[in-house]
Amino acid sequence: MDKRELLSAEHVYKYFDGTPILQDINLKIKSGEVVVIIGPSGCGKSTLLRCLNGLEKIAEGKIELDGDMVDPASKEICRLRERIGMVFQSYELFPHKTILDNITLAPIKVQKRKRTEAEEEALKLLERIGLSAHKDKRPSQLSGGQKQRVAIARALIMHPELLLLDEITAALDPEMVREVLEVVLDLAKEGRTMLIVTHEMAFARAVADRIIFMDEGRIIEEGTPERIFEAPETERLQRFLDNMSF
Amino acid sequence: MDTEAIREYLPRFAEAFLLTVRIGWMGIGLSLVIGIAGAFILHYRVPVLKGLTKGYIELFRNTPLLVQLFFIYFGLPKLGVMISPEVCGFVGLGLLGGSYMAESFRSGLEAVPGIQSESALSLGMNRRQIFFYVVLPQAFAVSSPSVVANVIFLLKETSVFSAISLMDLMFTAKDLIGLYYRTTECLTLLVVFYVIMLLPVSIVGRVLEKKVRSGYSHG
Repeated sequence: MDKRELLSAEHVYKYFDGTPILQDINLKIKSGEVVVIIGPSGCGKSTLLRCLNGLEKIAEGKIELDGDMVDPASKEICRLRERIGMVFQSYELFPHKTILDNITLAPIKVQKRKRTEAEEEALKLLERIGLSAHKDKRPSQLSGGQKQRVAIARALIMHPELLLLDEITAALDPEMVREVLEVVLDLAKEGRTMLIVTHEMAFARAVADRIIFMDEGRIIEEGTPERIFEAPETERLQRFLDNMSF
Repeated sequence: MDTEAIREYLPRFAEAFLLTVRIGWMGIGLSLVIGIAGAFILHYRVPVLKGLTKGYIELFRNTPLLVQLFFIYFGLPKLGVMISPEVCGFVGLGLLGGSYMAESFRSGLEAVPGIQSESALSLGMNRRQIFFYVVLPQAFAVSSPSVVANVIFLLKETSVFSAISLMDLMFTAKDLIGLYYRTTECLTLLVVFYVIMLLPVSIVGRVLEKKVRSGYSHG
């Protein structure tokens, strides 16, 4: 497997109204790697994800995707975002479009692909996530878990080099969490590069090559899942893990 | 009621009906274009234009159509712009309607959550694509009940066209009453033609509203 460096963030700082949200974030993700970010609510992990695809402007530092600068102010930002897929906690499917059209809108309009070709691939993706029968429905007719799987398919059809998953199971009923996480595990197996923010610790452990623990806008610890869960080095991580287990 | 008279007046009413419908819908078409542009300017806070748009909306929402038509019909020729009654009716209705439509579409745009645009951004769409493919269709859906109400209101407002000698339904009824004093027959025809003009719009509006309510929860 190709192990070149795909994403790098160096000395990233971000403030909201003067309050520091991200402080000196340094992060490198290799191609094919699955990195999971854990940490308490409000620790800046979602903001970090949003900065990485240019939805938020950073105050200082540098973010690069395969050597290309991620800068929301640049003209190239749409091209870059095309290469970075993102799935949101609240799915954000387009309610006025059918499931199939939700998936094919961006490839047709952004990548100028032929409708027939885009639909063919969309149908393959729908089959893979087990939702072929729902292709002509509206998002409002689907369950949360189904909507989230469609959102993943919508990101995949763009053939992103990197996939950002922002607490994608946090809004789901417990019995639907599994069907979504299984899709993600499947993607990890086929060697997709992913950066995942989650509160599902068992899932984090199962899917991650590396885990990053954040607190108060800083990266506190990082390491293999075994290292992070079995031998936390800082008291903060220890306390966080204690709070997460019952 | 004299059915013979009704049969006799029918062709004139039918002609007036077609003229009213034509200018009415052309004016509504113009009002939709102005409304979308105005709503875009207000929602995205376009500098300079925002102030002008606000002024325009307040001016046209707070003056009667009749006064607006008089200004266009009698005022413009003084500035050297000759204008036919038809164009005057079309432009006047479009400007009045535009001010109402802008407010309807603006509230529709505001109802679309910002994160919808972000999810479109994350798919690589640019601002124009997001506006036309993601935000505007949803804004349309949300604002459709009030847009339909505006359409009905505007079609009814066409009844003041007679004041600038456009031979619309109202003009025709008044004209025939003046000539033959068949008040009951003329007024009955007038009511019937207005209902024919507006009832389909109301029905379509109700169907639209139902559709919007059922299919558009977010997520």
